[in-house]
Amino acid sequence: MAVQKKTSAIKSTTKHLLGIQNLSILEAKKILEEAKTFISLNRSPSKKLDILRGKTQINLFFEPSTRTQSSFDLAGKRLGADVMTMNVGNSALKKGETLMDTAMTLNAMHPDIIVIRHQDSGAPNLLSQKVNCAVINAGDGQREHPTQALLDALTIINRKEKIEGLKIAICGDILHSRVARSNIYLMNMLGAEVNVIGPKTLMPSSIERLGVKSFTDMKKGLDKCDIVMMLRLQNERMQGTFLPSKREYYEFFGLTPEKLKFASKDALIMHPGPMNRGVEIDTKLADDINVSLVKEQVELGVAVRMACLKIYCK
Amino acid sequence: MKEKILINARIIDPSQGMDEKGSVIIDDKGKIKAIGKDVKKISAPSAEVVDIKNHIIIPGIVDMKAFVGEPGYEYKENFRTLSQAALAGGVTSVVTMPNTKPIIDNVSMVDFIIRRGRDKASINLFPCASLTREIGGKEMSEFGLLSVKGIIGFTDVIKTVQNTETMARIMDYASDIGVLIMQHVEDYELSKNGCINEGEVSTRLGLGGISYIAEKIIIERDLSLLNEFPCRYHINQISSKESLNVIKRNKEKGLEFSVGVSINNLSLNENDIGDFKTFLKLSPPLRLEDDRVALVEGIKSGLIDVIVSDHTPEDEEGKRLPFAQAAAGAVGIETLLPLALEMHHNESLPLAKIIETLTVNPANILKVKKGSLKKGSDADICVFDLDEPWMVSGDSLKSKSKNTSIEGRKLQGRVQMTFLGGEVVFKL
Repeated sequence: MAVQKKTSAIKSTTKHLLGIQNLSILEAKKILEEAKTFISLNRSPSKKLDILRGKTQINLFFEPSTRTQSSFDLAGKRLGADVMTMNVGNSALKKGETLMDTAMTLNAMHPDIIVIRHQDSGAPNLLSQKVNCAVINAGDGQREHPTQALLDALTIINRKEKIEGLKIAICGDILHSRVARSNIYLMNMLGAEVNVIGPKTLMPSSIERLGVKSFTDMKKGLDKCDIVMMLRLQNERMQGTFLPSKREYYEFFGLTPEKLKFASKDALIMHPGPMNRGVEIDTKLADDINVSLVKEQVELGVAVRMACLKIYCK
Repeated sequence: MKEKILINARIIDPSQGMDEKGSVIIDDKGKIKAIGKDVKKISAPSAEVVDIKNHIIIPGIVDMKAFVGEPGYEYKENFRTLSQAALAGGVTSVVTMPNTKPIIDNVSMVDFIIRRGRDKASINLFPCASLTREIGGKEMSEFGLLSVKGIIGFTDVIKTVQNTETMARIMDYASDIGVLIMQHVEDYELSKNGCINEGEVSTRLGLGGISYIAEKIIIERDLSLLNEFPCRYHINQISSKESLNVIKRNKEKGLEFSVGVSINNLSLNENDIGDFKTFLKLSPPLRLEDDRVALVEGIKSGLIDVIVSDHTPEDEEGKRLPFAQAAAGAVGIETLLPLALEMHHNESLPLAKIIETLTVNPANILKVKKGSLKKGSDADICVFDLDEPWMVSGDSLKSKSKNTSIEGRKLQGRVQMTFLGGEVVFKL
């Protein structure tokens, strides 16, 4: 009995994965440990397991996505779940159906887990209040993208063996980035020091209160950094003027081999994708397998999502 | 009706600087005949006696900002439910907002709501018309014609006239005919895409923020215009410390205008939004605790003249949405006084000051003979127990919509009885 109690204490206390903010350090570490076990499986010729056999996973995407959606799709299938993907962006919403209506409809089909991406911050939280199954946030508005941060952490651990004590820079359009927010929470939680770098107009209000140092100068911000995370300039979310031009942005904030020299000698580059080559990152640098972890991020993304599905699927 | 005498009361009437134990005699026409410590039962031997049981008597509250759903939004609130909620909160006079469907911006609409209000409402209604036609911010409403029909003031409710030239013309025209302009202060370009205060909470929740500058810049602009075109100008609601600084500077210069604040901004801050509570999505937004404290101080120092409920009923459909899409506003007319009493109990404001901002001050701004219990006034009276503890529950509120911003809050002080024109219209 005592042993059982102990494991249940480590077991996730929340039913849903809504954000890193709601996660305890034990829960985060558990997901990362679990994910590690799937890395080699995903590289082996026989990738299929039956852990989630008989379970139904619904991917509910209100916003277009290629890599996150396919990653969750594959993760569910490799665990043996029945996966259904719905791109709601262009059907129900246009007919006036609300998120709540969609939730109730899906709930009636008895899914075991719903993976949701939505353009509005907090939409997964609302959904989780109305359905009987677990909800995984696959990105909501400008708030959180927890599985992206977890896969970034796994990628770093895979290369650097640890996160504690590392210095991590997150650069670019912090204002519109849920990836930045989730990474700030997670990297802080795992013991890294986090710098955010970007033009003032793309820096969220009171960002320092999240436990980071903010810089507008790449040279200062990248100093002694072990990891450089570049973010995409989210033009589709920008209404009005934030920057004079892409050319000017690239000049001051685009990651080039010269600017990378400000960071540690063995610094590695990450990017959540999709990349705007020549806007936030030099195209050769992005493809340089010696410094760029971009492909590894995508690969380990599947492992992290498998771990999340396994843990949160009842 | 029969003459009444209200005995064993503590009477607080800031309009005559009164705070004393005494009695009130209401004559057979529903007017105050005598009031104060010297009034004795013996002077009205035939009057019906109402024992107030040492509760407090104040003038019926005048709420300068409430939304009644008629016409067009009867599913959110109607005259009957608004009246019940108001009276249960000791509010006897309500300034109603014109953002109905259709919008109240023409004479025939005014006739309609006055008639409808007379038939269905059991409170004093003071309707506002829109400041600009269709609340479009472009053409001014027919101030003169509408005033003659009984419109008390002009406001675009939660919209601001953005065009400076239009605003200048409105104030210039209004200064001549003496109508009351009630402005919502928000610069749209600065507030667009925003739904809560810009700061740590908006960053964490990933929601668009509204900077205090959006409010401040319109106040600066309007007060500059007011200097040129002195009209009756009232700021509906302010939310930040910075706005108070601008107001202070201008009031010290001798500029005449009045300022309101919502009870929500005096009692809550942005942290109360928690995990996307849409009932706390308000306009203007809740801001920092520093701002809240400054607003309370603003009342104390007289920079802020009135407290309003900003009663905004919204049904579930409007609130059960992702935060950015959800409707803004909360019901509050029923809890206005009890919630305001918190500031007395936590010793941040004197009781008489709170009552003043709820009664005589709004009446003076509106130029109506309400908010006072002077001899000859209408006997609109609120009786409340200063200490009775109770807990707010949306379901038991009388308003048709249940979107209270203070669900589950424990309050101290409760309305026991409300008189309108000398008649008991609410009893707990």
